[in-house]
Amino acid sequence: MFYREAGDFKTSYCDDGQTFPIKLDRMGYYVILGVAAMVVPFVINDYWASAVLLPFLIYAIASIGLNILTGYAGQVSLGTGGFMAVGAYAVYKLMTAFPEVSVLIHILLAGGITAMVGIAFGLPSLRIKGFYLAVATLAAQFFLVWLFNKVPWFYNYSASGQITAPERTVLGWAVTGPAASPAAKYLVCLLFVVFAAWVARNLTRGMVGRKWMAIRDMDIAAEIIGVNPLTAKLSAFGISSFFVGIAGALLFAVYLGAAEVTEAFGINKSFLVLFMVIIGGLGSIFGSFAGAAFLVLLPVLLKNLLVGALGWPTDLAAHIELMIVGALIIFFLIVEPHGLARLWQLVKEKLRLWPFPH
Amino acid sequence: MMEQFFYASEVFINGLMTGVMYALVALGFVLIYKASGVFNYAQGVLALFAALTLVGIMEGQVPFRHIINAIFGTHLENFGWTVGPVLAILLTAGVMVLLAILIEKLVLQHLVGQEPIILFMATIGLAYFLEGLGDVMWGADIKTLDVGLPQGISESIETATYNLFGYGFFIDRLDIWATIIAALLVAALVAFSQYTKQGRAMRAVADDHQAALSVGISLQFIWIMVWSIAGFVALVAGIMWGTKSGVQFSLSLIALKALPVLMLGGFTSIPGAIVGGLIIGVGEKLFEFWVGPLVGGATENWFAYVLALIFLVFRPQGLFGERIIERV
Repeated sequence: MFYREAGDFKTSYCDDGQTFPIKLDRMGYYVILGVAAMVVPFVINDYWASAVLLPFLIYAIASIGLNILTGYAGQVSLGTGGFMAVGAYAVYKLMTAFPEVSVLIHILLAGGITAMVGIAFGLPSLRIKGFYLAVATLAAQFFLVWLFNKVPWFYNYSASGQITAPERTVLGWAVTGPAASPAAKYLVCLLFVVFAAWVARNLTRGMVGRKWMAIRDMDIAAEIIGVNPLTAKLSAFGISSFFVGIAGALLFAVYLGAAEVTEAFGINKSFLVLFMVIIGGLGSIFGSFAGAAFLVLLPVLLKNLLVGALGWPTDLAAHIELMIVGALIIFFLIVEPHGLARLWQLVKEKLRLWPFPH
Repeated sequence: MMEQFFYASEVFINGLMTGVMYALVALGFVLIYKASGVFNYAQGVLALFAALTLVGIMEGQVPFRHIINAIFGTHLENFGWTVGPVLAILLTAGVMVLLAILIEKLVLQHLVGQEPIILFMATIGLAYFLEGLGDVMWGADIKTLDVGLPQGISESIETATYNLFGYGFFIDRLDIWATIIAALLVAALVAFSQYTKQGRAMRAVADDHQAALSVGISLQFIWIMVWSIAGFVALVAGIMWGTKSGVQFSLSLIALKALPVLMLGGFTSIPGAIVGGLIIGVGEKLFEFWVGPLVGGATENWFAYVLALIFLVFRPQGLFGERIIERV
C-alpha cells in the first residue's frame, strides 16, 4: 500500500546501482538524516543522550567495524574490546600531547593507530582460521588490556590509573570534558557514524568488498580467481580496526569522559559488539545499526520494566538480561542467521505486495 | 644460588599443579569437540553452574528464590535441610545430565550441519544464558564450597623436603588431591572410550558422523551422553576450583584459560589437553617468576595466549592435533 516501486524507472546503470535504488527508501534515508541532524539536537536531553543515543551511535560504529571483519571477510574476532581500548588510549595520548590540534583529527588518527595494531594482530590470520583465529584474537584482547594497565606512559602516570578526557572544542563548542552539552556530543558522534556508514557501504560494494566476500565464502577458490588473501585479510583487519578504534575513542573521550581499561574495555565489550553483529545481521551495514539499537535499548527497556514498573532488585534484572541476551543469540542463530537486517528485508518484500499477496 | 634453584623448582611444581587444573577444564572441551565438532565455549560456565548447583543443593537453598521473592513478595531462603557431599554430587550430576538433554533438544538439534563457527557462537550465547540462569537460580553472591577435600599447605612435604634438601617446599594439599582426581578421571575416560560399547560408539561418531549413523548408532544419544560427560567433568573442575577460590563469577573465566591450553595441545587430543595444560601452567608460573617483576607483573593474564598464538603460527594444528588446517 505505502511501499511502492511501480513507476520508479531507471535509465542508467548509475541509477540502478545506487545504495537506495527505490525512491521511497531514498526519501526515507534523507528524512532520517535530516531529523537526526536538525531536529534531534534541539530536543535532546541528558538522559536520552547518555542512556540511548550516544551509546547507540558509538556501538553502531564498532559494529560496522566488526561486521566488516566478521560479516564481510569471515574472520571472527573476539578482540574488539582490546582494539577499542587502543583507540581510547591513542586519542587520550594525542589529546594531551597536541592540545592545539582539533579533536576530530585526533579521533581519526586514533582510528589509524588502531588500524596498524589491528593489522599486526591480524597477521596470524594468514596461517590459522576459524575458531583457532577467534581464540587467537583473544590474545590481542588480554595483552592490550594488560599493557594499558601496566605501562604508566599510556595513562600519563596518573595516580588512579584512569584516563580522563580534557576539554576540547569544535567550532567553539565543547565536545569533550564535563562542560560538553548533550547536543554537541551527539552531533560529533553522528558525524562519525555517517562517515563510517558511508565509507563502509561504499567499500563493501566495491572491489575491496567483493574480495572480502570471496575470501569469506571460500578462501581457496578466491585465491584461484586472483584474490590475494594477504591483502584482502589484512585490509579487512585494518579497516575494521580503524572503525573500532574510532568507536573506542568516541566511547572514552565523548561518552564516558573517564575510563579504566579493564572495566571499560574488558572481554565483555568484545562479546557485546559481536552479539550486535550477530543479532543485527552478519554482512549488512543496516544490520550493524539494528543490532546496536537492539542491544542498547534492551537493557534500558528491561530496567524500566523490571526495576521501574515491577520493583525487582537491580541485580536480578541484570541476570535476567544475561539470560535473554544469550537466548536471543541462540534463537537468531537457529531461526534467522542473517539477523534483524533480513527480517527488515522480509517486511519490505511483504509490504511491496500488500494487501494483494499475488 | 641453591636457594633460588629450589625456589624455581617450587614454582615449577606449583605450575604443574595449576596445569592439571587447566587440563581438567580443557578435557571437557576436547570431549565435546571430538564427538560433535562443537567448540564449546560454555564449558567454563558449565563448571560455574555445576559448582553453584552443588553449593545450592548442599545448603538446601530454594532454587529461583530471588525471582520468587520478587514476584510474590515472599521471603524464601532455605528448605532448612542440608545434603551430604556425596548425595549432593550425585544430584548435581543428575542436573548436568538434564542440562545436557535440554541443550541437545533445544540448541544442537537445530544447528546440525551448520558451520563450526556458527556453533561456536551459539555456545557463546549458551554461556551467557547459563551464567544468567545460574545467578537467577542460586544468587550471585560469593559462596564457599567444602566437600571435605583437604586444604592448606602440606606440612609433611614441607618437613620432608626440608630434611632432604634444607629447603621446605610449599605445596597445597588441595592441588595434590586435584592431581590425583584428575589422573583418575582421565584414566576412567580413556577406559570408557576404549572398553565400553558406548565409548566405541562415541569414537565412531567422532570419526565419521554419517558412517556411524548408517551402522545404527543414534547421534542424538551420543551427543547427550557426551554433553553429560562434559557436564560431569565440569562438575569435577567446578569442585576443585570452587574449593580453591570460592564459587563466584570468575570461575567461568577459567574457561578462557583453557582455550590456549587447547590451542597448544590440539583440539582433538586428550593427551594434548593434559600436556598443553602442564606446559601452560608451568610456563606462565615461570614467566611470571622470571620476567614478571621486570614488566610489572600479572603476565598470567596474557602469557598463555601469546604463547599459543606464536606456537600456532609455526604449527597450526597444535602439538597433538590430528587435522592439519588447510593453508591459503
